[in-house]
Amino acid sequence: MTGPSSGAGAGGGASAPVTGRRPRRGYRRRRGLTRRAREELHGRLLVAPTLLVVGGVVLLPFAAVVVLSMQELRLIEIRTLSPADLGVSLANFAGVLTASGFWAAVRTTLVYATATTAGSLAAGLALALALRRPFRGRGLMRGLALVPYVLPVVAAATITEMLLDPQYGAVNEAGRRFLGWQAPVDFLTEHRIDVAGLPVPAALSTVVAFEVWKSFPLAFLFLTARLQAVPRDVEEAAVVDGASPLQVFRYVLLPQLAGVLGVLALLRFIWSFQNFNDVYLLTGGAGGTEVVAVRVYRELVTNADVGSAAALGVLMTAALAVPLLLYLRLVRKGRL
Amino acid sequence: MPPAAPKKGTPGAARRRWDRHAVERRVLGVARVVVIVLAAVAAAGPLLYGVVLSVRPFAAFVADPLALPSLSEIDIGTYATALRSEEDGGFGLARFMRNSASVAAWTTVLTVACSVLGAYAAVRLRFFGRDTVNGFFLAVYLFPGIVLAVPLFVLFSRIGLTGTLTGLVLIYMAQTVPVALYMLRGYFQAVPAGVEEAAEVDGCNRLQVIVRVVLPMALPGITATALYVFMIAWNEFLFALLFLVGDRERWTVSLGIARLGDFAVPAPVLMAGSIAITVPVVAGFLLAQRLLVSGLTAGAEKG
Repeated sequence: MTGPSSGAGAGGGASAPVTGRRPRRGYRRRRGLTRRAREELHGRLLVAPTLLVVGGVVLLPFAAVVVLSMQELRLIEIRTLSPADLGVSLANFAGVLTASGFWAAVRTTLVYATATTAGSLAAGLALALALRRPFRGRGLMRGLALVPYVLPVVAAATITEMLLDPQYGAVNEAGRRFLGWQAPVDFLTEHRIDVAGLPVPAALSTVVAFEVWKSFPLAFLFLTARLQAVPRDVEEAAVVDGASPLQVFRYVLLPQLAGVLGVLALLRFIWSFQNFNDVYLLTGGAGGTEVVAVRVYRELVTNADVGSAAALGVLMTAALAVPLLLYLRLVRKGRL
Repeated sequence: MPPAAPKKGTPGAARRRWDRHAVERRVLGVARVVVIVLAAVAAAGPLLYGVVLSVRPFAAFVADPLALPSLSEIDIGTYATALRSEEDGGFGLARFMRNSASVAAWTTVLTVACSVLGAYAAVRLRFFGRDTVNGFFLAVYLFPGIVLAVPLFVLFSRIGLTGTLTGLVLIYMAQTVPVALYMLRGYFQAVPAGVEEAAEVDGCNRLQVIVRVVLPMALPGITATALYVFMIAWNEFLFALLFLVGDRERWTVSLGIARLGDFAVPAPVLMAGSIAITVPVVAGFLLAQRLLVSGLTAGAEKG
């Protein structure tokens, strides 16, 4: 690129006109491209590093997971794996789909994702509405409300385990002392407990509550931002026309929030559907909380069965394709 | 909640309606207080519980799990025990923190560098495939990490990147670039394009415009983004678990606390560890809260 000038440095007299000419050459070369073409080139160059990383760590692995799902492959065979060993077989999918507990895990995952989404949105909405009118300490409360979202999930899970501990956790102690519980409840392992004669899935409810607690701040954040943009005059007009507070919410605020609520619901569902950390850390999949993500991990690490883990992963992705495409369409339409 | 309706003379026909208003307002007023109190307890309660546990002797705690520690029994030695290395009778948390800090710092630098360029291109330049690229990054952001974990584990084992912090940095980059791009795009849109054009007329090339004009003007936003990326990398658990579980020297904070939880580590020490790894994150967040919030919710006002 700097061909003619780089060698000319030795002769002091000769280099001056050369370096004097260089910027103009460069300038002319740049002028050679139209402004539009330059923009095109620069745009691609500037996203290239990002594309490279994301392509290498997301796209390539995604192609790989599809290939792996069709192999009979154990974890110890990886070190010696070569492309020549690859075959095509759907045995893993057949195996995964008929394995015991698969459909139960699917059901658990759906219940978990749906309940978490509903809970997270409801809690976020309730708090956003409650903090709408200013009061002393509102700013502090807004900051505080976001803390569960930024905590390291491991720290949050460790503290929660301690809180729920059957022997000396605060929850069981409070239950014994104030609510007259006869026996301690092991919230993280018990499949079902009876509450007033009704069976309640204890462990599953606990992990749902935990994820709702971790994720409602995000819903709160977005709903608060959207609420601030709701024009006051419509609401005031409704009040003047005699609408009750609930009617104002139902007919004025809710339609304004519907877009954000929809997007948030979709996002939360996608995230909860694939959530591994919370369930793994709290229960390890015990007590009827085995979601598909935990199953993928178990196939990979405990059973050392790469093919089955990959097959499960492919199925999971396929299941998520619908909400994902829906979300991308919303984004295209400029909803978020 | 709407401001109180003006009290008009209530004609007889409208009486029932006004009653309904009063009832609703009363109920909602109570609900509002309940929600705020519950949220405060939910947000701060577990953390405070962890702090209290971390400074109470375990025996006292078992004897009365609900009591607050008396001043005389407070013992912050648990933090020192958690932080000290194993050779000194501790649990090595300081080392985990060093590992996490270096992984998170590298992730932050590389992610922010990449996404500043990418976000600038997405905001200011028209080029072939721009919208596709943007949609693609979003899809990446939502792609299940656990599904990627399988092939990444295989690929990285094959090329010898499992057990290294470099491998983690690469993965964290790919996971944080989309959200960093999204946030930075919002901040860059707020930089007036006229200033950049002026710089260009004055002879700056594209990179110079980014470094000398866009960066300084968007610096608060970039700081917030960097903080958010750091937070994600610091907190990450799954890939640390998959790649580093066999190598105690390289454990990150999340992996370290999770593993210690499985051993017979005294509960107060474990709580001290959990609080110690939480403090940097929460402090950083509270410092940059305003910026972070505006960056994350940039799109929400549109509805």
